[in-house]
Amino acid sequence: MSEPLLQIRDLNVHFPVKEGIFQKTTGHVKAVNGVDLSVNKGETLGIVGESGCGKSTLARTIIGLQKPTSGDILFEGESLPNYSAKQMRALRRDIQMVFQDPFTSLNPRMKVGDTIAAPLKAYKTTNNLEHRVKELMELVGLKPDDHYNRLPHEFSGGQRQRIGIARAIALEPKLIICDEPVSALDVSVQAQVINLLEDLQKQLNLTYVFIAHDLSVIKHIADKVAVMYLGKVMEMSDSLSFYKNAQHPYTNALLSAIPFPDPEKERTRQRIVLRGELPSPADPPSGCVFHTRCQFAREDCKTNTPPLKQKGQNEHYVACFYPIEREQEVKQTKL
Amino acid sequence: MFKKKRNILALSLLLLISLATTTASLWLPLSPAYIDPSQRLLSPSETYWFGTDDFGRDLFGRTIVAARVSLLVGVVVSLVSTVLGTIVGLVSGYYKKADFILMRIIDGMLAFPALLLALSLVAALGGSITNIIIALTFAFFPVMTRIVRSAVLQINHLQYIEAAKTTGASDIVILLRYMLPNVLSPIIVQGTFIFAKAILAEAALSFLGVGVNPSIPTWGNMLQESQIYVTIAPWFSIFPGIAIVITVLTLNILGDGIRDAFDPHSTNRKKKRFLRRRNQDVTLNGGS
Repeated sequence: MSEPLLQIRDLNVHFPVKEGIFQKTTGHVKAVNGVDLSVNKGETLGIVGESGCGKSTLARTIIGLQKPTSGDILFEGESLPNYSAKQMRALRRDIQMVFQDPFTSLNPRMKVGDTIAAPLKAYKTTNNLEHRVKELMELVGLKPDDHYNRLPHEFSGGQRQRIGIARAIALEPKLIICDEPVSALDVSVQAQVINLLEDLQKQLNLTYVFIAHDLSVIKHIADKVAVMYLGKVMEMSDSLSFYKNAQHPYTNALLSAIPFPDPEKERTRQRIVLRGELPSPADPPSGCVFHTRCQFAREDCKTNTPPLKQKGQNEHYVACFYPIEREQEVKQTKL
Repeated sequence: MFKKKRNILALSLLLLISLATTTASLWLPLSPAYIDPSQRLLSPSETYWFGTDDFGRDLFGRTIVAARVSLLVGVVVSLVSTVLGTIVGLVSGYYKKADFILMRIIDGMLAFPALLLALSLVAALGGSITNIIIALTFAFFPVMTRIVRSAVLQINHLQYIEAAKTTGASDIVILLRYMLPNVLSPIIVQGTFIFAKAILAEAALSFLGVGVNPSIPTWGNMLQESQIYVTIAPWFSIFPGIAIVITVLTLNILGDGIRDAFDPHSTNRKKKRFLRRRNQDVTLNGGS
């Protein structure tokens, strides 16, 4: 359980900004900027952050759709960016992805059965293709006989996402990257899909990297949570410690935005509203990237970059010079 | 597509034209090649339904037979340039490096007006049906390439293409199973329009005198021969002209019809599907 399946070391993904007739590179968008993460076997790592913080780029880089600028991704101890195309193809069997938008992630001209069968065909894993596809459809809660020959546009969003999940688990991968798999769905359907993902994790011993911008979704599914802001990891810890003992000011702002289901409590909820806009990742602020919006920022935050450091005895990492002590925070809410 | 009357009409008209022209020798009462100088430039009558030309040949028979060349040129040019344009378009839309080189070549070809390019090619190659087909293919496939490429670029970044990559699909599978079916409708529409344009272009080339040998009747040839008689024997120009208009119009209607039929969201299917999906949702929600 404790050996890391996936390790990301100092990963950078920069996109050149080209301008003018000669396509001169005038700068770089630092979508992912020095990220260190690791996921153990059977665990779920939740990655949260607002849009544009590099979550999806990170996902695309892990699965090999995007080449990293520098840094290393280790899968079962082997470095992915150095893989040849052939090795990468073999590896794709073990890393699969569930996509964000169930309306564009399925080929509109391909029957559902064929879509789920596509990975099986590509790797020629089974002789009895139809049987296996129907088995998979059953597993994700689709009706094999009725749905096999339908086209994607005949399905609702939740059903489409089930098709996408069936496709992802078809090859029995070790790692599944879920890139905001429920953000395009209704809340009631979200819960169904998340429960399905949890069931599958237990049944198939899967490891998830679960990307979301909704902390309440992450809370439900993740064992470990990482918060990203402008391509950097701000805080990472196990789920329990994260929701009880968040230390980064940004994390606190995010957590304060979750509404309470209880209306009595909801009335007393203190929201921390961040000032200003998300800075452009092409021109990130100096020092701590969050200092422009941080209510606790001091002079040295503007010049020095805080490293991701372990705080406390648990696996709790924070990239902040002045992390919020819990007592202090509690006092503040009382004020 | 057979729900709409105009589609059925267009298809049956096209079938009728092809059938009539292929079996012409079996049923035409007068040979289209028979020259009778005493019957020059007669107006339409019971014997000569469309009148006669300047050699006293039956214009009805000649108009029917002329469809052979037009349809042959149209079919072959549209098929070859569709296949060629689709392959080049898929490749250049999908592979960025090939795109740069291929598109510069295509840009060069598009810089010439299609008819002028065909004209100079026929002038260089000599006027036979094969050469006309080659010339018109060169003139029309760059447009097809551009259309396919732009359609590919549009869907290239959609998630289902990336999903196909992550599930280990090879490039050829992605191109044929994921790209091609999703760019098919503009290809078909453009294909039928090329069919129509090729017929027009062949007629234009023949009209300009660089086309098919004048002894073989084509609508273009007939128009060219008729132009000096247009004031004294207008039927000589009118009937081949009408034949061109009808054929081209038929093909355009057919192209629209096929496009509608290939659209998975087309209207007449939508209703049925909506009802089916609604029932399905009820059962699914009840189950889980």
